Amino acid sequence: MYTLPKLDDFSPAALDRAVAALIAAAETESSAVTNDAEFKIFRDHWMARKNGILTQVNDLWLKAAPKEAKKDVGARVNALKTAVEEIVAAAEKRITAGPSLESQRIDVTLPGIKRPLGAEHPIIRTKNEIVRIFQRMGYSVAEGPEIETDYYNFESLNFPPNHPARDTQDTIFIAGQENKPQRDRLLLRTHTSPVQIRTMEKQRPPVRVVIPGKVHRNDAADASHSPIFHQVEGLAVDTNITFSDLKGTLDHAMKELFGSDVKTRFYPSFFPFTEPSADVQISCFKCGGTGKLNATEGCRLCKYSGWIELLGCGMVDPNVFGFVESNGYDPKTISGFAFGMGVDRIAMLKYGIDDIQLFYHGDVRFLEQFA
Amino acid sequence: MKISPHWLRELVPYTVDPRQLAEDLTLAGIAVESVSGTGDTTIYEMDITTNRVDAMNHYGIAREISAIYDLNLKPLAAKLPAPKGKANFPIEIEVPQFCTRFTGQVIRNVNIGQSTGRVRKRFAQLEQKLINNAADATNYVLLEMGKPTHAFDLDKLEGSKLIIRMGRAGETLKTLDGIERKLHTDDVVVADANKPVALAGVMGGWDTMITAETKNILIESAWWDPAAIRRTARRHAIHTDASHRFERGADWASCPISTDLVSEIILESGGELEGEKIDVIARDFNREPVSLHHAEAKRILGKEISSNEVEHIMRRLGFKLTPAHISPVATTVSTGRAAGVIEAPADYTVELPTWRLDVEREIDLIEELARIHGFNKFANTLPGFTGAVVEPEEAQRKEKIRSILLSLGYNEAISSTFIAKADSQAFSRNAIVEIANPLSEEASAMRASLVPGMLDMISNNLNRGTEPSKIRLFESGHVYSLKNVKNAETEEHDALCIGATAAAILENGTVGASASNGAEVFLRLKGDIESLLESFQHQSLSFDTDTPNYFHPGRSARAMLDGTTVAHFGQLHPNIATTRKLKQDIYIAELMLDKLIELPLRSARYTRLSRYPAVDRDFSFMFEDTITFDRITTAIRALRLAELQSIEPAEIFRGGNVPAGKYSLLLRVTFQSTDRTLRDDEVALWSTQIAEALKSLGGAQRTQ
Ligand SMILES: [Zn+2]
Repeated sequence: MYTLPKLDDFSPAALDRAVAALIAAAETESSAVTNDAEFKIFRDHWMARKNGILTQVNDLWLKAAPKEAKKDVGARVNALKTAVEEIVAAAEKRITAGPSLESQRIDVTLPGIKRPLGAEHPIIRTKNEIVRIFQRMGYSVAEGPEIETDYYNFESLNFPPNHPARDTQDTIFIAGQENKPQRDRLLLRTHTSPVQIRTMEKQRPPVRVVIPGKVHRNDAADASHSPIFHQVEGLAVDTNITFSDLKGTLDHAMKELFGSDVKTRFYPSFFPFTEPSADVQISCFKCGGTGKLNATEGCRLCKYSGWIELLGCGMVDPNVFGFVESNGYDPKTISGFAFGMGVDRIAMLKYGIDDIQLFYHGDVRFLEQFA
Repeated sequence: MKISPHWLRELVPYTVDPRQLAEDLTLAGIAVESVSGTGDTTIYEMDITTNRVDAMNHYGIAREISAIYDLNLKPLAAKLPAPKGKANFPIEIEVPQFCTRFTGQVIRNVNIGQSTGRVRKRFAQLEQKLINNAADATNYVLLEMGKPTHAFDLDKLEGSKLIIRMGRAGETLKTLDGIERKLHTDDVVVADANKPVALAGVMGGWDTMITAETKNILIESAWWDPAAIRRTARRHAIHTDASHRFERGADWASCPISTDLVSEIILESGGELEGEKIDVIARDFNREPVSLHHAEAKRILGKEISSNEVEHIMRRLGFKLTPAHISPVATTVSTGRAAGVIEAPADYTVELPTWRLDVEREIDLIEELARIHGFNKFANTLPGFTGAVVEPEEAQRKEKIRSILLSLGYNEAISSTFIAKADSQAFSRNAIVEIANPLSEEASAMRASLVPGMLDMISNNLNRGTEPSKIRLFESGHVYSLKNVKNAETEEHDALCIGATAAAILENGTVGASASNGAEVFLRLKGDIESLLESFQHQSLSFDTDTPNYFHPGRSARAMLDGTTVAHFGQLHPNIATTRKLKQDIYIAELMLDKLIELPLRSARYTRLSRYPAVDRDFSFMFEDTITFDRITTAIRALRLAELQSIEPAEIFRGGNVPAGKYSLLLRVTFQSTDRTLRDDEVALWSTQIAEALKSLGGAQRTQ
C-alpha cells in the first residue's frame, strides 16, 4: 500500500513527479479491489478523515510547503483530491454494480419456454401454396359442394350416362336416389371439375379460376390410397387460349411449386372433359431428373425414372362448352384449358410422407412437425 | 395388358430399341407402364386409356408406331385354302339396333388339341392361358388385332341356324365360367333354334363350347352395340376381354378379317372351310366425314402444323384425307349459330377409320395431330388476361379464423367425412345422409357434425401416447344433412370444431381427472372463443347455457352474435367421455362457420387516447350463486355512467367463511374521462350508485 512521502523539494518539477506517483498508486490499488470489503479498506486508506492519504497530503505537503510555494502546492492538492475522489467513486460503482448482476446470470443454453403455436395441416398448407401461385397469375378462387348431382360430376363434363369412363371414377353414391332422373341423382363428387361448369354458369367469359376442394372415391384405405383426398382444379377460358398457353402456365406453376430447376413433360392422356388431354410429369426434384441419387443408389421417389407424374390437364372439350353455350361459351369463338392436381400426393412428395393415412388421423405428433 | 415389341416388329419395321420405343409410344399417348426382359423376349406392360380400345392389341399399337416414325404398316391378311362346298347355316338378326353385323365361318373336321408353334410361344411370353387350339385361336387374334371372336361346337347348335335376339323371361344360360345365369329381356343373346348359346359380346355358353370331341366349328365375329353389352356385363357382373372391347366400340369392318385369321390358325391343325364366310350386315356402318382446318388446329394448339405433316400423320393412322380443292364437301357455309361467324372453308375432308369410334369431331382430329407431332414440341407460353381477379370475402374470413386458432396453439386436423350412422345421429338432430355403397359399416353415413370425428382424433392421440397436454385440435369442414327426407335432398354447411383435453387448454401436464379447475379450463376455452368471435363485426356478444345434450350441462355455453347462435362450447358430457373410453376431461367447441362468415370482419376504429388518469374503485360483495356476472354488469351498465370504462371480476371466492350457495366477489370498476380529470365527489357519487345497484341484486357489501 502506498505511503505518502515527505517532500523536501517543492519545485514544480518535483511536485509533478510526486502527484503523478500518488495518482498512479491510487489507480493501481483501485484496480485490485474486487469486493465490498476490499473497497472499504481501499476507500479508507485514501479518504478517511483521520489519517487517510488525502488528509496526510494536507498535513505533509500543504502545511509543510514554504510560503512562496504554498499557492502552487494548494492548487495541485485540490486537483489531486478531485482525481482521487473520482478513482474511488469509479471503484465503488464497479464493485456495487458488479457482484449483484453477476448473481443474476442465466444459463442461456437451457431450452426456451414456448407458447404453443398451432400447426397448419400439411394438406391445407400445400393447397394454399398452390392456390396462391395461381392467384398471382390472375386466377380467382371458386369453391363448390362436395355432394354433387350426376349432371355436374359427370354429364356436363362429357361423361354420358353408362359410359365406361365413369368406371374409372369409383363413385360413392348417396342413398335413396333411385326415383330421380339420372342427372339429378346425388353422389360425392369424384373430382373438383364440377365447379368448372358451376363457374361458367355464373360467369361469362373470360374466366380464370382456381378451385381447391375435398373429393371422395370408393377406394379402400392403404398407404397410398384414401377415400378422402384433395384436389386443386384450374380453368381458363378466353378468346385466344391455346395448348401452348396450358403448357406454359403449368410449367410456370410447377417451377414456382418445386423450384426453378424443375422441367415439365406433357404426354397424351384421356379425360372426357378435355381434348386434347395430357398428363404432366415434372423432372424429379430429388435426383435432378437422373433417376439416381449417386453412382450406386437409385432414386425411389421417381421410381428410378427421373420423372414424377403430377397432374392431368387439357383443352376444354367443345362438348363441355356446349352445356354453357347460352352463357357466352361458343366453342367456335372461345377456347380454354383446365387442369387438376392431387394435393395429397403433392404434399407427400414435398415432405417425403410415406403414408397418406397420416393426413386423416389428427395425430398431434405428426401435425406438430408442420408448425 | 402385355405387349411384345418383337411381335410389333413383325407388323411394322421400326428400328429403335424396345426401350426407346416404349418412351416414344408413351409420349404419343400409348402408355407403356413398365418394360421387362431383354431382346426378343422384352415385354411391355401397357396402360392404355379407356378411349383407345383400338390400341389394346398388337396391330393397333403397330399402327401408332407407323404414324410416329412414318413407316409402312403390314396389311392384315390370312392365308386360307379355297373353301369346299357351300355353307348352309342361316344367321338371323332380329335386333339390328344391337347387332349390326355378324360374320360366321363353318369349319369341318377339325382336330382339337393343344396349341403349338407361334401361338404356344407367344402365349407363354404374354402369360395368356392355353385352352385348346380353337379357343386359343380366338384369343390369339384378340391379342393380335383386337377383335373379339368366338368358336362354337357346330354340332351342339340345334336347328342348324343362329338367331340374334333378346333374352326371354325364364330363360337361363350356363356360361363358360360354369355359372347358370338367368337371362333378362334386356340381354342380347345368340341363340340356336331352341335356346340361347351365348351372352352376346360378353361370354359364350357352356353347352356349345369347344371340347376335345368337337369335330365341326362355327366361328363368330360380330359387332355389338356398346351400351347393350355394357348393360348386360354389368347386370351379370361379368367383365371379359370381349365385353371390355365391345363396351368401348369394336371395329365394324374387321369382322371378316378376324374370322379369317381365326380360321387360319385352326386349319393349321387340320380341317377344311365349308363354304364362303357368312357375312350378315343388318345395318351399314356409315360415319360422316369431318372437316379439318389448319386455322382451327392453330387456334387450339397455338402453332401451325405443316400440311405435309398433317397428311402423313392422318394417313398413317388410317384416316383418308381429301384436300379441299378436290373435295365436293368443302364449301363455305355460314353456321347461322353464332351471328357474324362465318366458317372458313375446310382444308381437308377426313374419312374416319372404322376402328376409331373415339374420333368423331374436328377437335378429335386436332388431338391426333398434336399427340403424334409431340406435345413437348409446342412452346410454353403464358396467356394474356383481361378479366378481374375476385377473392371471395368468405375465404378471407375463414382464413382469419384459421390464423387465430393457429396462433392460439390449436393444431389443424382433417378427420373422416364418413361415420357410422349411429354416431352421426348422436351428435345431430338433423336427418342423416346415408351412402348407397359404403366402404364399411363404420363409414355408412355422412357426418352431420364434426364432433364425433374430433373425439376419434383425440382418442387416437391418447391411445397412441401423445402427451395429453399437447392435444389441441381444430377442424374446418363440411357437415351434411337431409333437407328433404322424402326426396333424399341434401344440404351441406361449413362447420368448425375445436377439441382439446383440459390439460392442453391449461397448457400444463399436471391436470388429472379430478378437474377441480374446471372453471379455469372453461374460461380459458371461452376466452379463445371470444377472441375468435370478437374479430367479427357485431353489436352484441352474449352467452347462455342452452347447449346440446352431449355437453356437460353445468360447464357449457352457447354463444350468440347479435342474437344468432354461432357456437356451443364446453366440457364433453362425462357419460360420453366414459362411453368413448376417454380418460381425460375433454373440451369441445362447435362453431357454425357458415353463419359466422356471413358477418364482415371487424374493422379497426381509432379513439383518441385519454390524457387524464383512470380511477379504480373496488366493491366487495357477497352474492347468491344465482346472481351471474352477466346480471351484475347489466345492473351496473343500466346506470348509464358515461365515464365507466370497465367492470372486472378481480377475485371470486367460495368456501371458507362464505356460506354454501353464495360467493364473494371483489369487483373492480374503472372510470375515465377523455376531457378532464375526474373529481373525487363525482366518483364517490357513482360508487354509491353502483353499491346500491349491487344491493338491489341481493348483494351484501363486505367490509374490507
Ligand atoms: Zn428421382
